[in-house]
Amino acid sequence: MKKLFSPGRRDYTISFGIVILAYLVVQAMILTGNITSSFKGQLVPICAYIVMAVSLNLTVGVLGELSLGHAGFMSVGAFGGIVATTALADAIPFAPLRLAVAMAFGGLLAGIMGVIVGVPVLRLKGDYLAIVTLAFGQIIMNIVNVLYIGRDARGLHFSLLEQRFELGEGGKMIINGPIGVSGVSKLSTFTAGFLLVLATLLLILNLLHSRTGRAVMAVRDNAIAAESIGISITRYKLLAFVVSAVFAGMAGTLYAMNYSTVTAAKFDFNTSILVLVFVVLGGLGNIWGSIIAAALLTVLPELLRAVNDYRMLLYAILLIAMMLFNNSKLKERLLAGRHREVE
Amino acid sequence: MAMLEVTQLGISFGGLRAVDALSMRIEKGGLVGLIGPNGAGKTTVFNMLTGVYRPTDGGIRLDGENLVGKTPHEICRLGVARTFQNIRLFSRMTVLDNVKTALHHETTYTLAESLLHLGGYRKKEREMDARALDILEVFGLAEKNHYTAANLPYGQQRKLEIARALATSPKLLLLDEPAAGMNPQETGELMETIELVRKKYGVTVLLIEHDMKLVAGICEYLYVLNFGRELAQGSPAEVLHNPEVVTAYLGE
Repeated sequence: MKKLFSPGRRDYTISFGIVILAYLVVQAMILTGNITSSFKGQLVPICAYIVMAVSLNLTVGVLGELSLGHAGFMSVGAFGGIVATTALADAIPFAPLRLAVAMAFGGLLAGIMGVIVGVPVLRLKGDYLAIVTLAFGQIIMNIVNVLYIGRDARGLHFSLLEQRFELGEGGKMIINGPIGVSGVSKLSTFTAGFLLVLATLLLILNLLHSRTGRAVMAVRDNAIAAESIGISITRYKLLAFVVSAVFAGMAGTLYAMNYSTVTAAKFDFNTSILVLVFVVLGGLGNIWGSIIAAALLTVLPELLRAVNDYRMLLYAILLIAMMLFNNSKLKERLLAGRHREVE
Repeated sequence: MAMLEVTQLGISFGGLRAVDALSMRIEKGGLVGLIGPNGAGKTTVFNMLTGVYRPTDGGIRLDGENLVGKTPHEICRLGVARTFQNIRLFSRMTVLDNVKTALHHETTYTLAESLLHLGGYRKKEREMDARALDILEVFGLAEKNHYTAANLPYGQQRKLEIARALATSPKLLLLDEPAAGMNPQETGELMETIELVRKKYGVTVLLIEHDMKLVAGICEYLYVLNFGRELAQGSPAEVLHNPEVVTAYLGE
């Protein structure tokens, strides 16, 4: 057998290395009590944002299509997950299992939305996906704002625009229009977030290093050539986009289950752009870059509270520094091993 | 029955008649050239044969099967592969992955196996590696399998494109100006490679080329196109001495 180079192993090693090491360090900090409560409160959001960034990287970096509504899928997953956990509260008393089922439901719902958005738009060439996903994010936010879902002994009740149902004895509103969701039992834990990050990394890295991943990257690099060797452009664009939406939905469930109140406004355009910033600064198509950027840029604003007056200034300087680093010789040198042959 | 039968093929872009009433027959195993001055419509013919453009009228049959109205990826799976005049590689992927991508339908496993790397994944990926390296070997690119495609020198990028097309196991291989931008020595090597490929893989070749030494050297039959219409056809010796063809290329 000829010398074969396998660049993939390195991605796995770095990605899992960073995540597992970070988990152990944080667990040690928790055990020894060396952790501030504000940082502790951010652990689950960090995990959710890592999953958001890695999944958006699949659309933006690997597929090469711009999506400006990733928070929309997060929102669908968040509220879908809340409805699922509330509805299943009696059926599945074991909380971690209920969270896992809720995540699967949130992911499924977001995936269906991905199909609805993707099927018409991904058949087109050009920047249409950016425009439509931008609108999608806004539409989801506005729909959730006028969505009323309640549950009583007779089952789930649902209405749009105004509350058109009366809950029976002992009934409870799950989503209450613009007020959003309140009184959710917090199911998300740092360990659950860590496991979701691991599962996301494993599945997405596996996907990238398979015939499916090659087909998606071929469509990105040259769609006409990809078609000429038998790859259906629409099919693989849709596949990458929907997988990306599913993980965003699961991240949404994880995120929502960390708070007792959640409103639709949390998943607005700014959140979509924030996640896009993680992806661009981490490097397009670079999975472990997304992990670092998402974690760092989520923690940073809190860390900078100590120097409150200069907070936004330092945040901006860091963004510029990361951009410079991405284009620097230093990065090339650090990653020089990437092209060494493996026998 | 001929392998490729093109009958009265034509296409209009608005008021422009780019190709008109073109008929061609290519026998299995043949090596046929499609030549003509710039703008004669040669690449347009390729684009119709591969489904990039849908002809306005006329028919295309490969081994009796109709190709008109099919999408490019369907036509590829029916056995037509091509290269491009302006090289179109998957430039950010490795040389090996460029060829493995073309094996997409050759060795398959399911999406679940892709996501979980289960079952046949490892075995089938190894099979693909071996097949891709075999093909790269023919083009002298096996040693460079881990290079990023964009980092190959120009001549090797052209070769990689042919290797990628061959990996789809085509019956008919369309080469669009394979020798463009090559020096005489590289062109000579390319001619040998095309002959070798034809014997080794039993593939039928139709090529567009401006290098008359290459055309005269390897093509068995030529079609000449001018302003979208057939100007002449026949063996290279006949066609290249045809006064009309000489006029079309050089002017009065």
